[in-house]
Amino acid sequence: MTIQPIDLPKVAVPPSPVLAVSGLTVSYSDRNGARTAVHGIDFHVNPGEVVALVGESGSGKSSTAQAIIGLLPENGKLESGSIRLNDQEIAGWPQRRLDGIRGSVISLIPQDPGNSLNPVKTIGKQVAEILAIHGEASGPVAYTQAIALLERVGLSEPKLRAQQYPHELSGGMKQRVLIAIAIALKPSLIIADEPTSALDVTVQKHILDLIDELRREYGTAVLLVTHDLGVATDRSDRLIVLKHGRIQEQGRTQDVIGNPQNAYTRQLLSDAPSLNIRQRPATAAKETPATESDDIIVVENLVKDFGLGGYSRFCAVDDVSFRVRRGTTHALVGESGSGKTTSIRIVSAFEKPSSGRVIVDGLDLSTLRGETLRLFRKKIQLVYQNPFGSLDPRQTIARIVEEPLLNFEPVPRAERTERVAAIIEKVGLPPDVLGRRPHALSGGQRQRVAIARALILNPQILVLDEAVSALDVTVQAQILALLSKLQRELGLTYLFVSHDLAVVRQIADTVSVLSGGKLVDSGAVGDVFGNPASAYTRELIEAIPGKKHRPPAKPFPLISTGTEQ
Amino acid sequence: MTSLDVAERHLDLETAETNDWLPSQTAEDATPRRSSRKIDISLLLAGAVLVIVLLVAVAPQLFTAYDPIKGLPGQQLKPPSAAHLLGTDSLGRDLYARLAYGAVHSLSGALAAVGIGLFAGTALGVLAGSIGGRTDTVVMRLADVLLSIPALLLSLSIIILLGFGTINAAIAVGITSVASFARIVRSEVITVRRSEYVEAAFGSGGTFLSVLIRHVLPNSLTSVIAFAALQVGWAILQLSTLGFLGYGAPPPTPEWGLLIAEGRNYIATAWWLTAAPGIAVVLVVLSVNRISQAFGRIER
Repeated sequence: MTIQPIDLPKVAVPPSPVLAVSGLTVSYSDRNGARTAVHGIDFHVNPGEVVALVGESGSGKSSTAQAIIGLLPENGKLESGSIRLNDQEIAGWPQRRLDGIRGSVISLIPQDPGNSLNPVKTIGKQVAEILAIHGEASGPVAYTQAIALLERVGLSEPKLRAQQYPHELSGGMKQRVLIAIAIALKPSLIIADEPTSALDVTVQKHILDLIDELRREYGTAVLLVTHDLGVATDRSDRLIVLKHGRIQEQGRTQDVIGNPQNAYTRQLLSDAPSLNIRQRPATAAKETPATESDDIIVVENLVKDFGLGGYSRFCAVDDVSFRVRRGTTHALVGESGSGKTTSIRIVSAFEKPSSGRVIVDGLDLSTLRGETLRLFRKKIQLVYQNPFGSLDPRQTIARIVEEPLLNFEPVPRAERTERVAAIIEKVGLPPDVLGRRPHALSGGQRQRVAIARALILNPQILVLDEAVSALDVTVQAQILALLSKLQRELGLTYLFVSHDLAVVRQIADTVSVLSGGKLVDSGAVGDVFGNPASAYTRELIEAIPGKKHRPPAKPFPLISTGTEQ
Repeated sequence: MTSLDVAERHLDLETAETNDWLPSQTAEDATPRRSSRKIDISLLLAGAVLVIVLLVAVAPQLFTAYDPIKGLPGQQLKPPSAAHLLGTDSLGRDLYARLAYGAVHSLSGALAAVGIGLFAGTALGVLAGSIGGRTDTVVMRLADVLLSIPALLLSLSIIILLGFGTINAAIAVGITSVASFARIVRSEVITVRRSEYVEAAFGSGGTFLSVLIRHVLPNSLTSVIAFAALQVGWAILQLSTLGFLGYGAPPPTPEWGLLIAEGRNYIATAWWLTAAPGIAVVLVVLSVNRISQAFGRIER
């Protein structure tokens, strides 16, 4: 079932807050001395209220959450400030004393469900442990209660799950287990630190719905730490916007979203793709009638399967076809395991299809071998999701960007240097990055370097594999703007892979939706999003956060499937 | 607002835009560059130790007046004193002098052995890791065979094939370490080869050889160099064992390992005979290790 969050009826005089933080200052020390990450912030959380702490990486939101529950990393220090939990000052308590309230009065839903469970203990035992630690129950009684909790958080077959180990569960199921542990003792405050960032979008919705439902049932307050403004606006009563460890703005969610007072908040809001329905302006190609020869990428009946040992085979891509017109952007959308990455790896000739045909700019990829394949690479370039992994850590930016030029007909050194400098300027980087190495750059700058390297050979097609997913929302908006600019100037064709429909809606002309390796929907972005043909696409669209404060789109029939199970 | 407007707005921002660097609490970003040129005390000590040992190896006569081979009558098994800084052995030879004159034997032998292992092992490991398939299988099974024979037995067999002597002992020790070098290099190469920047290099039209030289080799050698530094200590010990058994440097040679082996008989009565050369070996190994670690950090 799908539950929409409901604002609790507001009492005229708010009761005393569950959590009151004032003057909280957190600093981190390393070899170069101390650095303050949180600068004296004040806020409070009332009983039963959801307060969202929003900010980009480095804004101090996680440090704040960690300081409250006393789990700062070793080099972190709570410099000053008071943290009052249920009118009790807990700042500066020793760890031993905090153990008494952690789990029972205040609990944490961690970010990465994959790393937060003990891999050698069964699920049931781990849930029972929290009850035993706080002397609530022990032995078989605790175990029975644990099973009831697992059932409460919506795990199917809780008895079976209790006997399983973490690796046998999916990410969404693990997060449910962690939620069960967090609510086991009915704490008065739950800190949810990016609880759904590591999960697929439909699973994310189910998990957030669950947190919402439980907090209404138990009257627990929630401090939701998130980078996703869409999630924050959907789920919170009040919003706190952080930047560089200082509060930029806080207030009722509707007020902040509807009428932001602060420039930074306004920028965040306009950059968040999920909060802005921004239709892409029609590209020139759209106005001319389509002809067959305009299609620069043609994929027909693509199949890729992998042997799993023995006779079983896993079909990663199952009969997928799509066409991309020159100068347009085509998006491949799907959740993890949908086959979108495999498809584009085949299109960029890094993998060979099991069957089917791929024609790029008139060339059938199956005919390419050795030297012809190497020459083909000038036409199509791939930009990876993770700019940390796709740049050689030992090379300077100049060497990285220059490298593709060295692979083809020799270019004199002076001309190479000139072309590298030109392309670096084109992607909006200052010239002084050329002598640096990747680790001295931020994520957004690194992604610009990756784009520069891809563009230096003047390719016709850029394949972008989740190229903006790892970036902060404002940086993401900047990279997307850069991509639109480059497309207009250079007539590039983009094949854009993403799990984020909000981004796709903003950048793509046409879209193919993949699920379990099959093509479930395709067409122009407006058609697919406005009038989805398949239930899966509807569910994906439904799961985009940030609905609450957006002009309502056409209502879709509710569907519910436990996709993460 | 259309995306065009947004694009324009961001273009305006773009010149000043590199402020998308935000301080962050992730470990990588917290220390973006260890650019502080603070001189590390342990690094300084390690450097000093190596410089001194190298000087001693080159010109031992500058550091001691005693003869390393000829004993002094009536001075047998004297504990450390002002006259004999590290004491004397059972034949009345000054231990400090023997250590000083032995440095060149121990270091050159060990370095030669590690050099052989490093070069041959790297070549085989790169071959196996980068080509893969059948080449990988053949090379690695050969390495398994080498590893399955006890190192001492293997080096003894090789010495018997090559003939006795310090240089042959070094070659033998080098060959026994080829397999472990090859394994480490192969695993590093495979890790690096799977990384996205290597795929990106192929994707931008790089040939097998150019990618190997530009990316795979430099990135896989860091941990191999660290391992080589560790191997120096191991090689010193292996050489001394061979010397002790009579297959390496012949007994009057003051090779460090041999000194330890000779001192073992007196460990209850003359502790300095094993302790001093032992400490010398440990100091050299630690120093080499510390410096190789520092190199690794600069390179990154």
